[in-house]
Amino acid sequence: MAGQEQKSSQSRDEAEDVEPGTPAPAAPQASEATEGVDDLLDEIDGVLESNAEEFVRGFVQKGGQ
Amino acid sequence: MSSTDHGPEGLPAGGALRVMGSETEYGIHAPSAPGANATYLSSQVIASYAKLTRERLHASPGAGWDYTDETPLRDARGWSVRRTQAHPDLLTDMEPVLTAEGVALAHGPAELELDGDQEPALMNLVLGNGARLYVDHAHPEYSSPEVTNPLDAVAWDAAGDVVVLAAVRVLAGDQERGPINLYKNNTDGKGASYGSHENYLVPRAVPFADLVKGLTPFFVSRQLMCGAGRVGIGQDGRTPGYQISQRADFFEAEVGLETTMRRPIINTRDEPHSVADKYRRLHVIVGDANCSHVANYLKFGTTAMVLSLIEAGACPAVEIHEPVAAMHRLSHDTGLRETVRLLDGRRLTGLELQWVYFEAAAKLAADAGVAAEHGGDGHTAAVLRLWERALTDLESGPDAAAGYVEWAAKQRVLEGYRARDGLAWDDARLGLVDIQWSDVRPERGLAHRLLSKGSLERLVEDVDIARASIDPPADTRAWFRGKSIQRFPANVASASWDSVVFSPPGSYRLQRVPTREPLRGTRALTEALFEEHPSIEGFLTALLGERHT
Repeated sequence: MAGQEQKSSQSRDEAEDVEPGTPAPAAPQASEATEGVDDLLDEIDGVLESNAEEFVRGFVQKGGQ
Repeated sequence: MSSTDHGPEGLPAGGALRVMGSETEYGIHAPSAPGANATYLSSQVIASYAKLTRERLHASPGAGWDYTDETPLRDARGWSVRRTQAHPDLLTDMEPVLTAEGVALAHGPAELELDGDQEPALMNLVLGNGARLYVDHAHPEYSSPEVTNPLDAVAWDAAGDVVVLAAVRVLAGDQERGPINLYKNNTDGKGASYGSHENYLVPRAVPFADLVKGLTPFFVSRQLMCGAGRVGIGQDGRTPGYQISQRADFFEAEVGLETTMRRPIINTRDEPHSVADKYRRLHVIVGDANCSHVANYLKFGTTAMVLSLIEAGACPAVEIHEPVAAMHRLSHDTGLRETVRLLDGRRLTGLELQWVYFEAAAKLAADAGVAAEHGGDGHTAAVLRLWERALTDLESGPDAAAGYVEWAAKQRVLEGYRARDGLAWDDARLGLVDIQWSDVRPERGLAHRLLSKGSLERLVEDVDIARASIDPPADTRAWFRGKSIQRFPANVASASWDSVVFSPPGSYRLQRVPTREPLRGTRALTEALFEEHPSIEGFLTALLGERHT
């Protein structure tokens, strides 16, 4: 695999070209977020499982790692 | 293989770059089959994904797992547990046997015969993206391929959600079986917990005692940024309320080998899955599964940086009095005022403890030259920026961080319900919100709903997550593993983290190719081999020489 060794420097060059771990734009301001809570709840109301009591009782897991 | 060294020391030191990966055990729920055997249900998830892959490729469903180098009983402190003395849950190096009894318990004997005609109870897959998908105890588990930075860790961890979602869709379309749904969380709220683990490659030369000392106070307080939030206090959730971490209450020891009982803050499992003289794989079991990209990013990024501090001998000298109890108390205080007592007599809040680590990590990264926005290592600057932002926002209260800190985001929704509908903490609707938060189905999962509305920040686009569910990361040995499975699905007999086993056509001998250096087998090192040799015969000859024939 001697031929592949020559490519290791190229690999480093490529690594530098990779987009840096740029986070997404700044978070919405807290005030906007609070205003949005009602919207959020309306949306969540539409997708929540219908029988909360039964669902929560039925969600039984075995322990894992 | 060449003797030239391309170990993890090839990555810039002092910052957030490191070989790392995630493991997620999903909560599993079959609403139309209450009481069904969870191991059986989990095997159906794996089998469904195998079926899907086979249909996609018209070939083998991916490779089985090669157990040769699994050593779950080796303890990082320098000894091994005798097999006969080990709890059966620790024996993760054997293919679990799904007994006929277990299957019968789930669906009755008629189903058993049907299964005989169709699938063996398939427990283990290695995927074309380099990941492992298998049944761990009673949960489907996705173990991500090895990556080198926290952003890729987020992408290939989220890729696991896409993989299991595909299986959920197949099962939902199966009229006879009924749906099986999966949840990226860590507890059922009734006393059971299942893990999401992180793995970090650390030089063997770093004394394990230094890792314990440096990481314990960090893990006790890391949850303030990375916790996923949980309704209910105590292992069985019997005390009504809300806490920061899904996992914290399930930790009962400071250091230990166990992962399923008396769980320790620092896990000592010593399975390097690499050159054992050079590396250890630090197995971190203390974290929550994250649906929030930023929380997941901070989990991997900050932990990698603290490991850099420990390696450099620059870790803050803080030692917590009774860390297990401290971790529980910090998780229970969403007001973030709770303090922990240090052995030197100081009392610090969880946030103050995190600032101590942040300052040290920022200094080391600056000294090492990896922290610059331009000309740094491309990742550390972003980790530091988000780490500082999270601590600053949390100081003014959880609401300020509700756009990206997961427990704060969940709390905002729960408090919204409490305010609007006057719900007490033990109301089932709040328990439902907690569980459904992590449903992997985008139309049902509340975290997914928030992500798509922009109420939860996104670091990786869906299209990139989808790509990560198919392709391996380019800069680790996962690339060789994944590409081998993609290119030669019929000729990869099995694979593991540190090997790919080929079955050459027309030969009864298997060829095991070790991949014990995590930063070899990269695209840069092996792409030419794949491109120049489209046939398996030529590929193996080039890889192994003539002797395979």
